[in-house]
Amino acid sequence: MKLRVLLLHCVMAVAMMRPALSQSTNMTLPTPVEAGKAFSISIPGSGKATLYIIGLGQVLKRDVSLGQSAFFPAGSLYNAGRYLAVLAGESSTQSGEFDVSPANKPAELAFLARPSRLPVGQHAGITGAVYVFDAYHNLITAPTPITFELSSPTGTVQKRGVETHDGSAWTSMDSTGQQGMDRFVVRAGDISSNRVISQVPSDPCGLKMTARQSGRQLLLVTDPVRDCNGNAVSDGTIVTFTESFDGGQSTVDVPLKHGVAQVQLASHNGATISVASGIVMGNQIHWKD
Amino acid sequence: MLRSLLFLSTALVSALGVGSAQVTVRIERSDLQGPRAMSEQTRAAVIRDYLQSWQSMRGALEQNRPDLLDSSFIGTARDKLAETIGQQAALGIKTNYRDLAHDIQLVFYSPDGLSIELKDKVEYDVEVLDHDKVKTTQHIISLYLIVLTPAEVQWRVRVLQAAAE
Repeated sequence: MKLRVLLLHCVMAVAMMRPALSQSTNMTLPTPVEAGKAFSISIPGSGKATLYIIGLGQVLKRDVSLGQSAFFPAGSLYNAGRYLAVLAGESSTQSGEFDVSPANKPAELAFLARPSRLPVGQHAGITGAVYVFDAYHNLITAPTPITFELSSPTGTVQKRGVETHDGSAWTSMDSTGQQGMDRFVVRAGDISSNRVISQVPSDPCGLKMTARQSGRQLLLVTDPVRDCNGNAVSDGTIVTFTESFDGGQSTVDVPLKHGVAQVQLASHNGATISVASGIVMGNQIHWKD
Repeated sequence: MLRSLLFLSTALVSALGVGSAQVTVRIERSDLQGPRAMSEQTRAAVIRDYLQSWQSMRGALEQNRPDLLDSSFIGTARDKLAETIGQQAALGIKTNYRDLAHDIQLVFYSPDGLSIELKDKVEYDVEVLDHDKVKTTQHIISLYLIVLTPAEVQWRVRVLQAAAE
């Protein structure tokens, strides 16, 4: 009996001596803290404890005095995310959660632009996607105005204004009619990122050849080969000449040189000669000596 | 479509049952942003690799071994988690993250197919140990934004960030 009374007294004494931590109201956690900004956690009570700030982005540990605010200077927490605050006293523990939000000012753009090279005149042929980050590489989740701009060497500009959704935005643009190096720029706030898109001539358009006798040979020459927008098709593009005669056939592949392709074939009276480049057919000539 | 999603969910739950507590996975029907259609194969691969990343992250944070992140994380996400592990190790802290449930929504597939963004409402327990002494175990529900990019034969997490709901 005496022992039970003694134990009861001991328990009561311990309970009365428990640090203020267990009797106090909960610590006051900050409402979303902006990444990199100073903040404080109010800790009522008296005595000493250890404060842990635990997150996937950062971990902090502080010895704190209860009854005072634990002050965290600017730069203490800079990785956005959910944090667990754990206040561990000698005999009890309190915990709570708070968020660190990304800073609103864009500082870094991850710009994905494709393709780096494409033919002229492709509808929605160029696409750009962007992810917007703050100075601490946090994805800025608040809607952020974005401008995409594609400018060609001739001064043609396509511009699109969009807003990010969950940190990302995208657009598509048409390649212009003129070959050359286009500049594809994305802007958010006062920062930008740019890519160079090479627009190359499209398939030949209106491929045409002429033929003339050259001794016992036939000289076939194309007109300057251009695409449908008038851009000169690149040298090296293969042009195929085919001559069909009396059940026989000769085919010669010739690369464009200085914008034209030419070849000499044996002359056969009544032959049919055709020209093509890739899937594009040119004119046909029925040769008569 | 719904049947295939349910199937996917079931398949993932089964897959994640190996070596860990059963994780509930729910795939939300989503209005995917972007002009690119996502094949079922890609969808399944992304979700599988993302869920696997939680296992990699758990092992890395539990053992304070940043090398365990390499299979699932890349870029910013890897750097930040590795930094956290460095801080944990310096302070004598270990954390044990046990994901219990995922409610996943695919939100963006970039036109070039080189990034996919997900939202995941994750339910998990985190146990905090200081010099191997358990300080607390807390149950947390938080919304995460995740960006994955393809690498070699799998998708890797490039951004993993809890977002206020």
